[in-house]
Amino acid sequence: MDPPTGTRNRKSKKSKQRSKRHQQPQLFDDTSMHPPAGTYGQSPGYPQTYPQGYSQGYPPQQAYMAPGTAGYPGYMPTGHPSEPAQHYGEQIFNDPMAAMAVQYGSNLAGHGKEYVAKNIDKYVPVSRLKYYFAVDNGYVGKKLALLFFPFSHMDWSIKYNQHEPVAPRYEVNAPDLYIPVMAFVTYLLVTGVVLGTQQRFSPEQLGMEASSLLVWLVIEVACLMLVLYIMNMKTDLKYLDVLAYCGYKYVGMIAVAIACMIFNNMGFYVALGWVSCSIMFFLVRTLKVQILPEAEADQLTGSKRRIYLLLLIAILQPIFIYWLTSGLFSYRPTLIGKMAASL
Amino acid sequence: MAFTLYSLFEAALLCINAVAVLNEERFLSKIGWGADQNRGFGEEVGVKSQIIDLIRSVRTLMRIPLIFFNALTISLLLVLG
Repeated sequence: MDPPTGTRNRKSKKSKQRSKRHQQPQLFDDTSMHPPAGTYGQSPGYPQTYPQGYSQGYPPQQAYMAPGTAGYPGYMPTGHPSEPAQHYGEQIFNDPMAAMAVQYGSNLAGHGKEYVAKNIDKYVPVSRLKYYFAVDNGYVGKKLALLFFPFSHMDWSIKYNQHEPVAPRYEVNAPDLYIPVMAFVTYLLVTGVVLGTQQRFSPEQLGMEASSLLVWLVIEVACLMLVLYIMNMKTDLKYLDVLAYCGYKYVGMIAVAIACMIFNNMGFYVALGWVSCSIMFFLVRTLKVQILPEAEADQLTGSKRRIYLLLLIAILQPIFIYWLTSGLFSYRPTLIGKMAASL
Repeated sequence: MAFTLYSLFEAALLCINAVAVLNEERFLSKIGWGADQNRGFGEEVGVKSQIIDLIRSVRTLMRIPLIFFNALTISLLLVLG
């Protein structure tokens, strides 16, 4: 928060030079001639080295770190005539009630920030989140190829210590959140393009589509986590993993949307069929490794339940893909479709 | 289907309200889902006991936040229509 010493010297020199030429219009209050008296927690050279805007912003932060002195913890003392930093705001803060209110509010904000910082790790595991975004180009390329053609991949196991997350960079079969996030945004943009070619685009559509998509994603992840809890299946799948696996279908949806744009309704159905098959295959093979092995610890009924859960996840995907992309259906052939048909 | 984030919030609130109004002694015990009717312990952690636990914990935890969220939603609906 302290400026590097070089700039401090430079700015103080400038302000001293400026104070000598009083006839020049000044852009800010010259504070070099009036060092503040009796302000706590500030070095004497501080207001000289910063223009007005900064000295308004910095003292609360600095004063926050030096509470309790001068009787007004957390904020600058009011009503100091020699306090040039308060020149513009002095009318507001002359009233001690308002000053107390502002100080209380800033206290509250500080407490809120502390509370959030302490408890954020419970709901959004921030330290684990970075593993999901540790990808590189090779991984992304291989994963995308897997999503469209998973039939030739042989080894689906994840070779890592089961209780530690692995960075997807080192293991193709690990889930990541980069691809789902990117695919989500890309799908929104592609939907906009498709609707545009069908002459039914308007900017509100993008926002509505984004909200819809997000809502369905939340519902799907919540339902899956609920089912996992109720069936009492102790798997290693945290909700970030489930989020990642549910987000992989957006890649397929992009392909469906592009096919719908180029090849009209026939292309829509063909792409839907292919993408559904490959997503189902991909998810079943990936999750089989993560859900089924714990079946040996359970009774025999445990493994049956897990198989049902696997099938449920697999069946949900094509249903969602069809449901979410059916809005792109149009009985009016697009321009590109006409061109493609006439070739 | 045009869903907004607000409709998600409303749906979740309604669902949690529905779970919260299931009275323990007047209703759940009558249909055999009372909290004290599954103290079998042992390894029998079936679907039914998980659901019973879930209902009981939602009712215990969400009572106070529900008051707040319901009041907020009602006032929002009154003001914004």
